[in-house]
Amino acid sequence: MKSLVVRVVCAAVFGLAASAASAQTLNTIKQRGSLNCGSNGTLAGFGLPDSQGRWAGLDVDFCKALAAAIFNDPTKVKFVPLTAKDRFTALQSGEVDVLARNTTWTSSRDTSLGLNFSVVNYYDGQGFMVRKSLKLNSALELGDAAVCVQQGTTTELNLADYFRANKMKLKTVTFATATEAVKAYDAGRCDAYTTDASGLAGERLRLAQANDHIILQEIISKEPLGPAVRHGDDQWFDIVKWTHYAMVNAEELGITQANVDEQKKSDNPDIKRLLGSEGKHGEALGLSDDWAYRIIKHVGNYGEAFERNVGQGSTLKIARGLNALWNKGGLQFAPSVR
Amino acid sequence: MAAVEHTRPKAPLIYNPKVRGMAYQAVLCAVIVFLAWSAIRNAAENLARAKIATGFGFWENTAGFDISQALIEYSTTSSYGRAFWVGLINTLVVAALGIVLATILGFLIGIARLSKNWLLARMAGFYVEIIRNIPLLLQLLFWYNAVLKALPAMRESLSIPGGGFLNNRGLFLPQPLFQAGSSYALIALGVGVVAAIVYRTWAKRRQMATGQQAPVLWVTLGLVIALPLAVLGLSGFPIAFNYPEAGRFNIRGGMELLPEFMALLFGLVIYTAAFIAEVVRAGILAVARGQTEAAYSLGLRPGQTLRLVVIPQAMRVIIPPLTSQYLNLTKNSTLAVAIGYPDLVQIFAGTVLNQTGQAVEVIVITMAVYLTISLVTSALMNLYNRRMALVER
Repeated sequence: MKSLVVRVVCAAVFGLAASAASAQTLNTIKQRGSLNCGSNGTLAGFGLPDSQGRWAGLDVDFCKALAAAIFNDPTKVKFVPLTAKDRFTALQSGEVDVLARNTTWTSSRDTSLGLNFSVVNYYDGQGFMVRKSLKLNSALELGDAAVCVQQGTTTELNLADYFRANKMKLKTVTFATATEAVKAYDAGRCDAYTTDASGLAGERLRLAQANDHIILQEIISKEPLGPAVRHGDDQWFDIVKWTHYAMVNAEELGITQANVDEQKKSDNPDIKRLLGSEGKHGEALGLSDDWAYRIIKHVGNYGEAFERNVGQGSTLKIARGLNALWNKGGLQFAPSVR
Repeated sequence: MAAVEHTRPKAPLIYNPKVRGMAYQAVLCAVIVFLAWSAIRNAAENLARAKIATGFGFWENTAGFDISQALIEYSTTSSYGRAFWVGLINTLVVAALGIVLATILGFLIGIARLSKNWLLARMAGFYVEIIRNIPLLLQLLFWYNAVLKALPAMRESLSIPGGGFLNNRGLFLPQPLFQAGSSYALIALGVGVVAAIVYRTWAKRRQMATGQQAPVLWVTLGLVIALPLAVLGLSGFPIAFNYPEAGRFNIRGGMELLPEFMALLFGLVIYTAAFIAEVVRAGILAVARGQTEAAYSLGLRPGQTLRLVVIPQAMRVIIPPLTSQYLNLTKNSTLAVAIGYPDLVQIFAGTVLNQTGQAVEVIVITMAVYLTISLVTSALMNLYNRRMALVER
């Protein structure tokens, strides 16, 4: 009887929200006229609005590419800033159509949380930032240190695992948002701040005295970051996957935002299929056949998005590393359009 | 002439107000049941279609994250269930301490606001008007940042006489370790408390009967504090202290009060005390002026008048709104999440929800917990209210 009562309350709370979480995501988006994109909102390089309120970042560009593929207009995106803690609930309940928020792909998130991770748009790993004055060389010297961390992240778990595995004592101070965690670290509440290495690079630059802080060389985990969708809508899952693959293939084939119109006249069959002048590959996804052309025309290829947001064209200056194409020593590898 | 028989005209059933009322209620019930039922079905279907895990099986799974303040045994290998208890205890500790301190501060300020001393009354009024008109969240952020920024860094820790430290990582005090033999002092404390209660009852009864007063305060202090201390001294002071020491990064050992905890407690107490002060002021003003005058004419001093005549009568007005303030304080403690104090909401409705993805179950449990805490608080206060209520003879 008690469990019945509990179930009644559960359902009443969740009932209305859940009804939106059904299949046919693409039709819903088309009817609405815009894509709802779950974004970070506070992370330079991945998702951050500038002083004029224009969103920029690698994950932001991913959502713009999706909107370009669907509407031929990269501005038809509504960015919903989410905290790490609330992001999965927002996707589960249908508040956002896709979660592109530097989110680590793990087995439990891919299964019991009811999500499907599509692709990895950034290969990352967790690191530590400390004050230079501590004169540390390695994360293994952090035993007994107080570490500030953001709640609801794999970072929080990796941190506990790393200290346990290395038999070091740990004092964690957990905050709901990265901004608060960094602020507390900066105020001296913690000896170290930990998050994904890409995030550390961005957060360090926002500190009052960036040069007083260093990022330790150790990377203590694998953090494959990628956009996620809800279970149960294969068509939408395919569109999200192939949006990323189109950008990676375009880079591999040398198609850029600048030369895409010229490349459309190319005789290369791979390019012809990708840009839609041969075959009905876009239609099979539920989009128009020039879907990939639209993405590249409006947003550019993967390499361009990378350099603009986190690479040499940005303040972060992160090297391609693992995120280089497979034929250039990295891990970015896309199946062919055929 | 035949008597006219007055019979009520037989109205159709539909115009019978009783029947109508019943019908409306039945329709309302049916609508509510239908809405609830369709909501459940909808949610169950959607959860199943999205293949989201359901049920309470996660309770036993390993949590894997660390918690900065755990008053019961907890490690990263403990279960989500254990993390729930850690969070609940942290919430209860801050709420209970907050209620006690806010009550004391609130009574002092409420009485001060009615003081004849112009400066004191104005200062109390100023406090109330400033504090209760600034949102609590902002005050908490202020205290947290003020505490962190004002305190020295680890390496420049302030030493507290007796072996403690204060820095921006918290307040560290020596931790007493009770060793064999200290149980005698504990027994003495128990005996002292019981004896004090017996003595007070006796003194009260005697005063009722004969009017003679007994030195209740001094005897109570002697029994509860001096007696255990004397036993402790006689048994050779069997208490060792675990002194905090400066380690490589942090202070090790001793008892630790986190800055998050102090900021939250400070913020909640100062904020709620402003409201309690107003409740107390209203209660005192509600006691008729004649009561004070009557007490003075009996020869009672102002302090005695306040304590023995005014406050007991004011309590009848104070208790019901005071209960609301206690409930507010407990519920406001959930703002802990903004300053990193690991309360129930931060741990359970935050990290556990995020990791398990079972929003429905976790939120329902959390709501049920706060409902229970609130109902228990109200029940206790109602019990107290009934004892204080006017007894009509």
